[in-house]
Amino acid sequence: MRNRRKVTIDGNQAAAHVAHRINEVIAIYPITPSSNMGEWADEWSAMGQKNIWGTIPLVAEMQSEGGASGAVHGALQTGSLTTTFTASQGLLLMIPNMFKIAGELTSTVFHVSARTVATHALSIFGDHGDVMACRSTGFGLIASGSVQEIMDMALIASAASLESRIPMVHFFDGFRSSHEVMKIEELADDDMREMIDDQLVRAHRARALSPDRPVLRGTAQNPDVFFQARETVNPFYAQCPSIVQKHMDKFARIVGRSYHLFDYVGAPDADRVVVLMGSGVETAHETVEYLNQHGEKVGVLKVRLYRPFASDAFVAALPATVKSIAVLDRTKEPGAEGEPLYKDVLTALGELYPEGRTKLASLPRVIGGRYGLSSKEFTSSMVKAVFDELKKDKPKNHFTVGINEDVTHSSLVCDPNFVTEGADVVRAVFFGLGSDGTVGANKNSIKIIGEETENYAQGYFVYDSKKAGSITVSHLRFGPRPIRSTYLVNSANFIACHQTVFLERYDMLRYAVNGATFLLNLPCPQEQVWDHLPRSVQQQIIDKKIKLYAIDAYEVAKQTGMGGRINTIMQTCFFAISGVLPREEAIAKIKETIKKTYGSKGEQVVQKNWAAVDQTLANLHEISVPGKVTSTWDRPPAVSEKAPPFVCEVLGEIYAGRGDDLPTSAFPVDGTFPTDTARWEKRNIALQIPVWDSEVCIQCGKCAIVCPHATIRMKAYDPKWLERAPKTFKHAKARGKEFEGLVMTLQVAPEDCTGCELCVEVCPAKNKQETRLKAINMQPQIPLRESERECYDFFLSLPEMDRSKLNVATVKGSQYLRPLFEYSGACAGCGETQYLKLMSQLFGDRAIVANATGCSSIYGANLPTTPWAQNIDGRGPAWCNSLFEDNAEFGYGFRLTLDKQVEYAREMLTRMAELIGHDLVTGLMDANQKDEAGIEQQRKRVEALKQKLRTLDTPEAKNLLSLADVLVRKSVWIVGGDGWAYDIGYGGLDHVLASGRNVNVLVLDSEVYSNTGGQCSKATPRGAVAKFAAGGKPAGKKDLGLMAMSYGNVFVANVAMGANDNQCVKAFIEAEAYDGPSLIVAYSHCIAHGINMVKGMETQEQAVASGHFPLFRYSPQRAMAGQNPLQLDSKKPSIRYEDFAYAQNRFKMLTKSNPENAKKLLIMAQHDAVNRWSFYEYMAARNMAATEGTE
Amino acid sequence: MNLSTTYMGLQLKNPLVAGAGPLTTNVGSVRQMEDAGIAAVVMHSLFEEQIRHDAAELEYHLEHGTESFAEAITYFPHESEYRLGPEEYLGQIANLKKAVRIPVIASLNGMTPGGWTDYARKIESAGADALELNVYYVATGVNDTAPEVENRYLQILKAVKKSVKIPVAMKLSPFFSATASMIKHLDEAGADGFVLFNRFYQPDIDLETLKVVPQLNLSTSVEMRLPLRWMAILHGRIKASLAASTGIHRAEDVIKMILAGADVTQVCSVLLRSGVREIPTLLGGLEEWMEEHEYETIRQMKGSMSQKSCADPAAFERANYMKALNSYR
Repeated sequence: MRNRRKVTIDGNQAAAHVAHRINEVIAIYPITPSSNMGEWADEWSAMGQKNIWGTIPLVAEMQSEGGASGAVHGALQTGSLTTTFTASQGLLLMIPNMFKIAGELTSTVFHVSARTVATHALSIFGDHGDVMACRSTGFGLIASGSVQEIMDMALIASAASLESRIPMVHFFDGFRSSHEVMKIEELADDDMREMIDDQLVRAHRARALSPDRPVLRGTAQNPDVFFQARETVNPFYAQCPSIVQKHMDKFARIVGRSYHLFDYVGAPDADRVVVLMGSGVETAHETVEYLNQHGEKVGVLKVRLYRPFASDAFVAALPATVKSIAVLDRTKEPGAEGEPLYKDVLTALGELYPEGRTKLASLPRVIGGRYGLSSKEFTSSMVKAVFDELKKDKPKNHFTVGINEDVTHSSLVCDPNFVTEGADVVRAVFFGLGSDGTVGANKNSIKIIGEETENYAQGYFVYDSKKAGSITVSHLRFGPRPIRSTYLVNSANFIACHQTVFLERYDMLRYAVNGATFLLNLPCPQEQVWDHLPRSVQQQIIDKKIKLYAIDAYEVAKQTGMGGRINTIMQTCFFAISGVLPREEAIAKIKETIKKTYGSKGEQVVQKNWAAVDQTLANLHEISVPGKVTSTWDRPPAVSEKAPPFVCEVLGEIYAGRGDDLPTSAFPVDGTFPTDTARWEKRNIALQIPVWDSEVCIQCGKCAIVCPHATIRMKAYDPKWLERAPKTFKHAKARGKEFEGLVMTLQVAPEDCTGCELCVEVCPAKNKQETRLKAINMQPQIPLRESERECYDFFLSLPEMDRSKLNVATVKGSQYLRPLFEYSGACAGCGETQYLKLMSQLFGDRAIVANATGCSSIYGANLPTTPWAQNIDGRGPAWCNSLFEDNAEFGYGFRLTLDKQVEYAREMLTRMAELIGHDLVTGLMDANQKDEAGIEQQRKRVEALKQKLRTLDTPEAKNLLSLADVLVRKSVWIVGGDGWAYDIGYGGLDHVLASGRNVNVLVLDSEVYSNTGGQCSKATPRGAVAKFAAGGKPAGKKDLGLMAMSYGNVFVANVAMGANDNQCVKAFIEAEAYDGPSLIVAYSHCIAHGINMVKGMETQEQAVASGHFPLFRYSPQRAMAGQNPLQLDSKKPSIRYEDFAYAQNRFKMLTKSNPENAKKLLIMAQHDAVNRWSFYEYMAARNMAATEGTE
Repeated sequence: MNLSTTYMGLQLKNPLVAGAGPLTTNVGSVRQMEDAGIAAVVMHSLFEEQIRHDAAELEYHLEHGTESFAEAITYFPHESEYRLGPEEYLGQIANLKKAVRIPVIASLNGMTPGGWTDYARKIESAGADALELNVYYVATGVNDTAPEVENRYLQILKAVKKSVKIPVAMKLSPFFSATASMIKHLDEAGADGFVLFNRFYQPDIDLETLKVVPQLNLSTSVEMRLPLRWMAILHGRIKASLAASTGIHRAEDVIKMILAGADVTQVCSVLLRSGVREIPTLLGGLEEWMEEHEYETIRQMKGSMSQKSCADPAAFERANYMKALNSYR
């Protein structure tokens, strides 16, 4: 018996473990939830880990999944064992190459963490929509349902592909399986060596292209032969299922786990059977066992090999007694007469039964249904609902299960109290904050229990869609038997609340069973704990006889030097009171794992964690529960009752964590949502907020412009308004000529501020008596919350400034404009959102935004709410996200429409001049809309036009009325990150810039794929460590601005707000005013840089001062006037590149992991900076002749 | 002529030692110093803050923002083996030992007992010939008492002495109420040498930004008088070796220090200012003077002008102060 390690890992790691060992070339590109597979592969190769043939696989990141599949195709054609990892849109981009790879009968396995394909909305979560889109490519499709299966099937699929020559997609459910942490048995290298036949590997190599034995592949064929030639592959597909089964059998002999093309579990004489694939089979398995123990006769047929679909094997696996079958598809094909698996089952039965090729007593009735889209929960009660439906005389076909579909009434009713989990399973739910380390501690607990005891362990983690102050919910199971519950813990016997504030927001005890334990982190003495609970929580504790424990974890953390991290403390509490392990043993094991986890980070870190463990036990108390409810307060509504009905009834419910309960009818049919909704979410996540000192303030607007969340604002107004101001409302005499006679206020939104401190950092004013104080200073939020809320409400009620009277081309002037991008879900201290906010202030009332997928699309439009807002007239940015790769083209489409519509509207104006009136038409046609005053006048003209048109009852008048608004100049903004602009979308961006049309491209350059966790892009600087560049990026940063300049007719600017905010404002205004394509590359500091986010603006300054990111504006209009179009806006490098780089962990960590390489790359990067500067200096110094017609 | 001397039991070819400073961070420049004739080098200091900070900083950045958002559960590649500041330092000791034959003295700079004393052991294992402990403590607390401060020094020394066998020198500041007694206590606690004195870098104020800024000035020759006096006072009164540090810029300074009682003289600022080529100049000057004054060995010179041996012991005491004031008038 081979000795195999027990490991607690997630599905992605399980797949990567095998893929990295049995491949030679791996082409990767990040996409959630598959990115981690590529990350593991890259890191293992960077660390020198070898495959089973003793060589290190070559891992290459590409510019897109399309590129990755192309590289895979090429590597395969030249004989390498090659793989890739992807999901969703990424898999869709691979489809063209998949047809080719399959058509050429090439052995490979793509590992896919199956994810929803974007339709009415994007979703990062799991279903089979992407995999189903590949059915026609000719790839085999093989499914795994658990972490163990993922590791096993990754190997089986590869072995089978080598023999069958059919390429395979090995898929498993995104997040549910890819991110579920499980204790599994790890396959050993020897297992892989035995499974992979070297003769087949050599045969694969022998088929490769080589000039030593030249062949021609990829010909063009005509109607005479294509069809026949296409049919040549038939025998390979016919043999494929038996080859897969052969390798499953071989695997069973070697490893001991047995799989079949279709595995049946349940009563041998079952009358009802469900058929499904992916993680849902595990829940179905659990439910079937439970139901059969309770007298039913049911079964589940697990589909392993979905393509090629082996009908014979399928029907052979069904019990002969089956009378009715429900086929569950985790996908939706609108317009089809059923989902794919359902139709395959029907076809198999319909073809084989009449021919007598089944052992079935009768032809079973088959119904199909949808479940689990976008990782919607699939629980045992849903499986039971399906079995119950099958009992009916006329079961519902084409049903949905797991939602309340109340429009066409397809859904089945489920019993929420039906539970199949055994009493021997510890089921724990932990509510924490991302920043408090709860998830990390829980992953640690799973490792302790999984690897140090005989128990099985499972962990699944639910994250927030907000990046600042985000909540995490950890679902953990431990038990003596394998765990098949592939759904969230919904009957918990242990619940922990790691943050007091959650008592006000979430119904945590709804998950608790009778007699459960509730652990609470509460900053108060134990005798006051009960009184701190809301009424409903007290009631639940009494009703469910819950044991209550409390600890003041932040105090323990403070005492033991843990700062704000309470992870180790709460983990210790869990072990101390859950009884999952004997207390002493558990504590010893926590300490051991602390040593293992933190050992590499230094002895100090270990010591302070150990101290925290010891202190915890002394501070954890059981709280005695009185017999009755005593509290005088309860959870407030999720959003203000003043919010619009849709916000209260739909968005508010999502915010409160009750989105699962919303029915279909609650939602818009086409994915259209109102804007201006973030203001209803009062998140109160800042511990400290900035407080204004009106006497010290110089009213420069710097604090407002850098605020990532638009929570610090300026207004100047007539002092008369102060009469009804709240007592604590502050004001000062407004400085500047344009504010003569006015007062001004700098106001903080106390409940929306994230407490990032960027504003305080950039404040240039100092208190004369006490220089540590500035014009804004951080103070604790709670004591200020009520009074500042009142002040902020009053501030918002003050009239807005007249835009036409402000000098908006300055920092100060621009900051008197109302932001139309506010309170986003971005990280505290984010370096991107300022630019969007500035754009929204300057042009938001006439902007239309095309947003590439990425951080900006997530903090911009992840439900429940959006930061894109509206002004008092109801105007504001209109926003849409198409895809990641096509954003430039998408925004270009906006421009085409607008250009066409303006042209058409002008044509109609000309035609209807008599009816409308010549003066108005001339005014509309000749309007100068270059500034705010001109735009305001045009708005008035358009209003007059509309009034006129409403009086004319002609088709043409109606047409013009429907288009009249386009006569006010619109501003098209194409927004995205560097992953989009430098990599996946570059081809399209290049084309759009070359088009000459008036679009404004804003690249939020964070120098990595931030949203997917910091993978390397072509914007990543040399020497920086990023995912997919674990050994430090060897190549320099691509100079996107320089490339765009080469067209000559593109306005290009490099901006970095932290280095020069005034230049930034000017660049935005000039870019927007330029009647042609504009590109703004905006340096955006990022949490993925490993910086102290408070110092974000300082790092921007260093990026510029070191020459890494020179500031400039390249204006084609200057060229037309005979001037040099390039204007350098920053000075010669004044600090060393090192001073910029080594203030950031992304560079510094390489000096720790690979000092030699770090040194080498630093020298090269220093040269890059110097050379870049010299080149720009040269360019900016050239004498130019006036050029005509460059526009 | 014999220039050799003994420092904390280390046999040195001459009394010129490169003091802790940036020059010793680079193997190449240490080699150059050896070629130029330096007898030993004291490495740049490994700071206690560095030991604590490097680990804490890396931990912070690797964990900050993680496990918060489904698409970005982490922001950096998974953990690999990191060589933190202290490890780099240990690596540097080994590199220097491989590159040069002269003794390499490591330097630990800190102010709290515990924790970093482990590194003394690691430094020893990495091959350092001796260790200089630079206890850089500015007693800013109004409740810090002199005995507490003094005890802190003793505790650190004892802890380090317990953990290593290589000689340990204490590099001290001149700001003790009873310097001689303090040194005597440390001497009794096992210090193998004293480096006198450490220079506190005094902060400055930037009048434009109104920020307190660190100000680093190289020493000048005038500053050698302070250690000179204490060399003279301490010579022959303690068991430990004496290294003079601060303000040694010319051959005359070296000579004076040895005459006052120094076993070695540490040079740093002069090398930073004028380069490694100053080493032969200093040694040449020393030899020239010895020849001129018919000294055969350093041993003969050592302490010949110390308080114990000189004609006018009071000159190193308060009387000297009066004389100095009078001469100024």
